[in-house]
Amino acid sequence: MINIGEVLLNLWESSGFAYIFANFGGGGWQNLVMLVIACGLLYLGIVKQFEPLLMVGIAFGCLLTNLPLGGLYHQELWTNFMDATHEAYHSYGVILREGGLLDFFYIGVKTSIYPCLIFMGVGAMTDFGPLLSNPKSLLLGAAAQMGVFVAFFGAILLGFTGPEAASIGIIGGADGPTAIFLTSKLAPHLLGAIAVAAYSYMALIPLIQPPIMNALTSAEDRKIKMVQTRPVSKSEKIIFPILVTIFVALLLPDTAPLIGCLMLGNLAKETGVTDRLSDTMQNALMNIVTILLSTSVGATMVGSTFLTAETLKIVVLGVVAFGLSTAGGLLGGNIMCKLTGGKVNPLIGSAGVSAVPMAARVANTVGQKNNPSNFLLMHAMGPNVAGVIGSAIAAGFLLSVFG
Amino acid sequence: MLFLTATTGAVDLVNISILNAAIVAVLGYAVVFFGLILLMCVITALGKFFIAKDAKAKAAAPAAAAPAAAAAAAPAEKPTAPGSAGQLKLHDVEPKTAAMLMAIVADKMGKPINELRFISIKEVK
Repeated sequence: MINIGEVLLNLWESSGFAYIFANFGGGGWQNLVMLVIACGLLYLGIVKQFEPLLMVGIAFGCLLTNLPLGGLYHQELWTNFMDATHEAYHSYGVILREGGLLDFFYIGVKTSIYPCLIFMGVGAMTDFGPLLSNPKSLLLGAAAQMGVFVAFFGAILLGFTGPEAASIGIIGGADGPTAIFLTSKLAPHLLGAIAVAAYSYMALIPLIQPPIMNALTSAEDRKIKMVQTRPVSKSEKIIFPILVTIFVALLLPDTAPLIGCLMLGNLAKETGVTDRLSDTMQNALMNIVTILLSTSVGATMVGSTFLTAETLKIVVLGVVAFGLSTAGGLLGGNIMCKLTGGKVNPLIGSAGVSAVPMAARVANTVGQKNNPSNFLLMHAMGPNVAGVIGSAIAAGFLLSVFG
Repeated sequence: MLFLTATTGAVDLVNISILNAAIVAVLGYAVVFFGLILLMCVITALGKFFIAKDAKAKAAAPAAAAPAAAAAAAPAEKPTAPGSAGQLKLHDVEPKTAAMLMAIVADKMGKPINELRFISIKEVK
């Protein structure tokens, strides 16, 4: 007769509960803490609606990866994958043979497929018209990358290596796919912390930016009304993505995957003859990739690498990067305001920190608080989309130096 | 210095020194500006080309239209509604939606709608 007691004992011993309690001092406590963090992130995504489309997936990926014995994600496989002295170095065969479901998902991050496809969707959803009608917006998009490089320098001072500091600095670009693209290449062990920091701060833009905007601009300047920009022809909108791809990819070839996909998406939107493709890029493809990207990034949040002092430093440096990028954009806005004799409202500079269209909306809201008849949204969209190109160039530069 | 040592391959970019990090930071910021300024020049040139092209097309249009206009009397323009402040251009926006938007804007600003002038409404996609 079957020994029921033995069966139940085996069942208990093979359970995750037994693993956690049996290894409490040797990593079990980390699993428990990470499960609490995952639930906290789920709360932020669902209840507080912090970038819910990504945060819910990241949090659930974190939850899955920290359930012991599930075998969904294997940190050690990816450590070996990156170790030049190991036989599994850069071997996707080993990953496919020994990996779990989230390891397979993560291949898309490692190969940069997901960030690039997300960029394609972003391109298909973006109207570059405001940028084309006011090309000077590009200067604000450049100025707003200040936080990237100051945070990079700050990270070096705090003891991070060059590639790690570059990955942390790019949080200041306020562009999730770019941050994931660069980090997965330069510092994959920090991917979870950097992605969570980047998306959390993007969700907190309406809280982070207004105090900086009020501090760095005068009440009088915030009331400035900007004149309507010229209408942009269809031909210009079609030529733009082709021109930018050629120009930027020749200038910084490392940005070619990101800029190429961004502009392919935009071209599909503007041509008027590829509506089906544009629709797929904006909706179905974007949604599928968001699911795969968010869960696989969440899966990298393993207790042993996440519960470190480095994560806290990343969180602090991330907010510094965001704040300084906003400040850089506003300083650029102030300079432009003075040079044009008060024709440019400096608030639009804050929108240079990518985060389309949230940052532009914040500029519009703060502008309207100071002057209810002021509508800055379209003017702020110029620096906003310029910021996307600017952060991709910044990422390309850092990749060319540290890659 | 970063440049001097980089050419010999001796610079350690993993454990980068503070001086080299400062150089990378300044250089990176400068490269972003350089790239976007160049792009701005290209876009400005593109814009000027299209503005000039539009101006040429507009200048040619009245000349071509003049004989035709003489042959057929131009249809009378529709009178604007009483109290309105001129024509409103709609781009990819239904008149119903436009009316709703104008009402919301007037309400938010606390001003009567006939005291506001809407020039154009465009859907931001």
